[in-house]
Amino acid sequence: MTTDTARRPLSPPRTPGGEGRPRPRFSTGTATGLGVAVLYLSLIVLIPLAVVVWRSLDQGPGFFWRAVTTPDAWAALTLTVVASAIVALINLVMGTIIAWVLVRDRFPGKAVVDTIIDLPFALPTIVAGLVLLALYGPESPLGVNLAYTRAGVVLALLFVTLPFVIRTVQPVLLELDADVEQAAASLGASPFQIFRRIILPNLVPAMLSGTALAFTRAIAEFGSTVLISGNLPFKTQVAAVNLFSQIESDNTTGAAAISTVLLAVALAALLLLDLLQRWGNRRG
Amino acid sequence: MARYGLRTLAVVYLLFLLVLPVILIIWRTFAGGLAPFAEALTSPSALHAFQVTVVVAGWAVVANTVFGIGVSLLLTRHSFPGKRLLNAFIDLPMAVSPVVVGLALILVYGRFAPVGGLLESWGFQVIFSTPGMVIATVFVSMPLVVRALVPVLEELGDEQEQAAHTLGASRLQSFLRITLPGIRWALGYGVVLCLARSLGEYGAVAVVSGRLVDQTQTLTLFVEERFQNFDQPAAFAAATALALVAVLTLLLTKLLRPKD
Amino acid sequence: MAIEVRDVTKSFGTTPVLRDVSVDVESGSLTALLGPSGGGKSTLLRVIAGLERPDIGTVHISGVDATRLSPQRRDVGFVFQHYAAFKHLTVFRNVAFGLEIRKRPKDEIRERVMELLELVHLEKLADRYPSQLSGGQRQRMALARALAVEPKVLLLDEPFGALDAQVRKELRTWLRRLHDEVHVTTVFVTHDQEEAIEVADTIVVLADGEVKQVGSPAEVYDHPVDPFVMRFLGPVTEIGGDLVRPHDIEISASPLDGGTPATIARVVRLGFEVRVEVEVDGQDGREAWVQVTRELADRLGLAPGDTVTLRPTPGARRLALSAV
Ligand SMILES: Nc1ncnc2c1ncn2[C@@H]1O[C@H](COP(=O)(O)OP(=O)(O)OP(=O)(O)O)[C@@H](O)[C@H]1O
Ligand SMILES: [Mg+2]
Repeated sequence: MTTDTARRPLSPPRTPGGEGRPRPRFSTGTATGLGVAVLYLSLIVLIPLAVVVWRSLDQGPGFFWRAVTTPDAWAALTLTVVASAIVALINLVMGTIIAWVLVRDRFPGKAVVDTIIDLPFALPTIVAGLVLLALYGPESPLGVNLAYTRAGVVLALLFVTLPFVIRTVQPVLLELDADVEQAAASLGASPFQIFRRIILPNLVPAMLSGTALAFTRAIAEFGSTVLISGNLPFKTQVAAVNLFSQIESDNTTGAAAISTVLLAVALAALLLLDLLQRWGNRRG
Repeated sequence: MARYGLRTLAVVYLLFLLVLPVILIIWRTFAGGLAPFAEALTSPSALHAFQVTVVVAGWAVVANTVFGIGVSLLLTRHSFPGKRLLNAFIDLPMAVSPVVVGLALILVYGRFAPVGGLLESWGFQVIFSTPGMVIATVFVSMPLVVRALVPVLEELGDEQEQAAHTLGASRLQSFLRITLPGIRWALGYGVVLCLARSLGEYGAVAVVSGRLVDQTQTLTLFVEERFQNFDQPAAFAAATALALVAVLTLLLTKLLRPKD
Repeated sequence: MAIEVRDVTKSFGTTPVLRDVSVDVESGSLTALLGPSGGGKSTLLRVIAGLERPDIGTVHISGVDATRLSPQRRDVGFVFQHYAAFKHLTVFRNVAFGLEIRKRPKDEIRERVMELLELVHLEKLADRYPSQLSGGQRQRMALARALAVEPKVLLLDEPFGALDAQVRKELRTWLRRLHDEVHVTTVFVTHDQEEAIEVADTIVVLADGEVKQVGSPAEVYDHPVDPFVMRFLGPVTEIGGDLVRPHDIEISASPLDGGTPATIARVVRLGFEVRVEVEVDGQDGREAWVQVTRELADRLGLAPGDTVTLRPTPGARRLALSAV
């Protein structure tokens, strides 16, 4: 065996990236797979969504603005945003509390509680609406009738967004080291001070991303609100339901305008979420 | 003390938001015994809705499983420019309202849209028929398999696959013999989630199906239509059946969930 | 030649990892790729196996140009540092994998696998899963798996890197014996010079993506081409502007011809050896050390504060530091 020290001076000088086999940036296998994936994604998701946005704008911004601000559409959009914000806030508080109880508390049946948290993800939304209507509708055994009210809308949104904050906060809480809290306690911190100064700062990124997810979902929600809201324009009609009735009455341009607004709000929330996650990663 | 307070608050909240409503509807469904339940679910309309649901969800799950495996391999085993973008696009369907999905598909594949018109002139109807419902369902459940597979594939690493290659295995052989057994639980988890989502999809399917009773009506559409037509027993029975499927998926995912 | 690597250059992004590397591996030899961490050893091994493609250059295996062949077709056995055991297959099925891919008859597979498991002393564990094996056992399973397909060359990436010192030592001797038995051309990566010297019959020193030196263990140890190789292969110290091995230095209480005067700072007894640390005059406080036997230290009565003279032994390899 030899290192060709003798040969080396004879080999021509190489300029970086000069001669030799040109290397493709990625292999043909990758290119084929990528091509198929992008085509599939385009046909099903990207092109249709792009067409929606294009349709909403192709008659000019004025038309777009008028379509979004027709009284019923505007009422539906504001109701959706306000209700979603309320729902996100309730989730922020209740979700954190439930996550806390699931991680730190111990009581019989906790495993069952932990399992059913995901039920809203598994249950079809129309069933969710029907189920809520059974307990909080005209035939309520509790005597609480929220059918056709805004409170009913909020209730439905709370149901379908329940898991988000819990399932983002829970793992973070699980990973928090108990010794940090013990160290704080040994330094004389009260339980409330420990929560306020040690635990909460660690949880905030997860709490906020869970809340952002819940908000996005609430903005987009349709199925669960259909039955309980009664679909009353100006009162209980949320954006997705308003959009649905516009599609039913063949007002596609108006429908496209509302869709674009919904998409924009969802994308803004997702961007915010991405920022929150990076912030969380940096701190973690 | 604070502990009991929080525990009570959490349990009461879950009880009134989640548990009692579901139990109540199951109770109401079965209040008259099993016979009315069975009867409501075996009416011709219900059976047809059931059949449509299975066909649509079945195709959607197949499509998303194949796509999901392919894309997660692409994301974890290949490098290419624009990977982050592809990753973001996969999650996009999560943020889109089901009704917007429906509208988007109508605008492209509807009878009066260029693409849809062309397909229709070849005798292939998308909107108001099964293909459109499948596409809508594929859209809304797209990320589930991918998101279940990517972390497991990352965790698995590619060393075993490389070892298989040096031992003479082709790409397909190493996928079938090494990668697939490594991801089978995660794949099962993703497929179950995808199936549950597909069976339960309402909004997108409501738009693209045209809600034609006994033609394009799925179980979720059946629930809504029966309820609006004051046929509570049938609506409750179908809802209960769907709820039981949901509980079943919940238990299955609990079993399949990658443990750490 | 079993393996001929010619002018291979490889970069990840813009960082060059291998620069114009040429290496020949003789048939039947046991060659060590030795070098510091990040020097490109694994990358070179992976280029030979076809797991990485070189940007420029060629790889011939058994006289065939393999540069563009996939790993699948190269007929190399590769043992990964962390074994890459197939977790869902038993030890038996792990070893049988390559044969099953080649669609050999069941009986033949069974026979061959059991033979190999005996060779690596795992015949009793054939039905276990990798998670039920110790690190050393997994390592041997990986080796048997690579040998099963009768590869033209066997490539091992830090085969003992993840094992504890005791097992490492045992497996080293075992690998040497195994190679004598099986005679397959073997290249193994290590960053442990002792391991390379003990096991290999040829050592390739690789650093910063370049081949620094190639030779038998004795050659590279005794005749390093530059201070880097000298330092990497064994202990060195500096006297009179030269790098010298500390055991190649004469120490004397009386002046020696061409010697360097020094003062003893410390005498450390390490069992049989004694390490004498000295302040060399005119070396601005940079300490040197000399390795002597206990017998010599006792005879000379070496103690801190003594003045001594140091001189490289006549046959010692010295490298002038100033020349580099
Ligand atoms: N896939 C990769 N992508 C980017 N850089 C890489 C890749 N593989 C290796 N490198 C870089 O190439 C250089 C050489 O890596 P290599 O693994 O060959 O070193 P090594 O000599 O085997 O080191 P060690 O003893 O630590 O294993 C390192 O700087 C490493 O960071
Ligand atoms: Mg290495």
